[in-house]
Amino acid sequence: MWVLLVLVVIVGLWVVAAYNGLISLKNQTVNAFKQIDVQLKRRHDLIPNLVNAVKGAMDFERSTLEAVIQARNQAVKVNASGPEAMKQVSQAENALSGALSRLLVTVERYPQLKATGNIGQLQEELTSTENRIAFARQLYNDTATQYNTKQQQFPTTLVAGLAHAERTDLWEIEDQAERAVPQVDLSRR
Amino acid sequence: MIGFVLFFAWLGFGGDYVWYLSGGGRHLFPWLGILLTATALIAAWYAYKTGPEKVLWATDARELIDPQTDAERQVANVVDEMAIAAGVPRPRLWLVPDDDPNAFATGTGPANSHIAVTNGLLRICNRDELQAVIAHELGHVKNLDVRLMTTLAALVGAVLLVRDGMGRMMGGGVRIRGGGGRKGKNAGPLLAILLALWVISWIIAPLVTQLLALAVSRRREYLADAMSAQFTRNPLALASALEKIESAEAPTASIKRGAAHLCIADPLGRRLTNREGWLADTFATHPPMGMRISRLKGMGYAELKKEGGSFTSSARG
Repeated sequence: MWVLLVLVVIVGLWVVAAYNGLISLKNQTVNAFKQIDVQLKRRHDLIPNLVNAVKGAMDFERSTLEAVIQARNQAVKVNASGPEAMKQVSQAENALSGALSRLLVTVERYPQLKATGNIGQLQEELTSTENRIAFARQLYNDTATQYNTKQQQFPTTLVAGLAHAERTDLWEIEDQAERAVPQVDLSRR
Repeated sequence: MIGFVLFFAWLGFGGDYVWYLSGGGRHLFPWLGILLTATALIAAWYAYKTGPEKVLWATDARELIDPQTDAERQVANVVDEMAIAAGVPRPRLWLVPDDDPNAFATGTGPANSHIAVTNGLLRICNRDELQAVIAHELGHVKNLDVRLMTTLAALVGAVLLVRDGMGRMMGGGVRIRGGGGRKGKNAGPLLAILLALWVISWIIAPLVTQLLALAVSRRREYLADAMSAQFTRNPLALASALEKIESAEAPTASIKRGAAHLCIADPLGRRLTNREGWLADTFATHPPMGMRISRLKGMGYAELKKEGGSFTSSARG
């Protein structure tokens, strides 16, 4: 009789702990996803200023700059919702990342450009911006993986339904072009 | 923290008991015990509240709010990035005017944390290495090591202060010896043992707090190294940063003894840190540098092996 009671109490406590653990992970995942949004927004706001700052110095690389602006405007325009949203957002943002990395490679190619203060700053800002987004995604993927693993593992999976836990998608690179390592022409250095 | 308060309670109430047994029977109320316990509580609370500021003040650090030079801008950005990677609020960033490379974290938790780096660190580290060092410090923040270690740093100071004060207040040894006979023979051996224990406790009080700080610190360094690798996904960057910091050799003059266990590398440049064995295990604030570097390299190579790359390209960071 007593043994049974103790057993019930222990199981009850475990259910509460497991449930709360899942809920906390779920909210962390949501928060990490929002953090990506914050960083993407920050990049959108930053790019026009950056491009304006180097326009004069990089007149000869107009097409690269224009590609960046275009990709940026495209990314801002994405306003979908629902399950398709993540796919569309990540496609647009990946295109923007690609354009920005081409800009960075271009800057690298002209050492005399780096001598002017603006460009050095631009480079640092671009690197930092890309890093922020990458790290925000990393945090999201880490948290989401933890969440997914937890809700699929036995015995927590028994409580997963109770906590309305559902598998969340990870942020992936979809664009084949971005998987490729950017080509750098070293001959001009 | 609780241990610290209990230890003080023992010092106080033990003192009362010895006094009582030895026939200072006039005061049955344990004034000393209550006084000392209260002191310990206040000291602990005070250390918790003002610890971070005291540590930063002692190193002569200045807060970096509006970065001016390229190096300052870079380190400010790196802190932002790593705070995102670690998923903690951005810590406040301080610069220590010292040419020796070092860094430390302090604060009371993720919501209120400070990271300080020396000018020397900014000078010798590239971006990746800086990232790794900041990530190591954020690892301390996320593990709540900063709370523990900062409090310990302040407590070590408080214990010394209280002991010196008490020693002067009661030149009590004479009195206790004088009263021993009056209470009767039963209390004799018990009294002697208690008295001995009590006196020894007083003598080792500062040592105990020091050792506590050390034991906590060494274990936490490995954990923070591992967390740095988790945040940056680049353990080799931290390995090369540690190599650079170690080869810089000179002690960090502006970081005082009390805050040594907060730093990424032992600021006092003590020989002990580089040795294995019982003595070093007990008294050094940091695990041997070679050990830390080889563990990080192990992590890095394992990763590269999985990806099938060669290590020379990324080891240069």
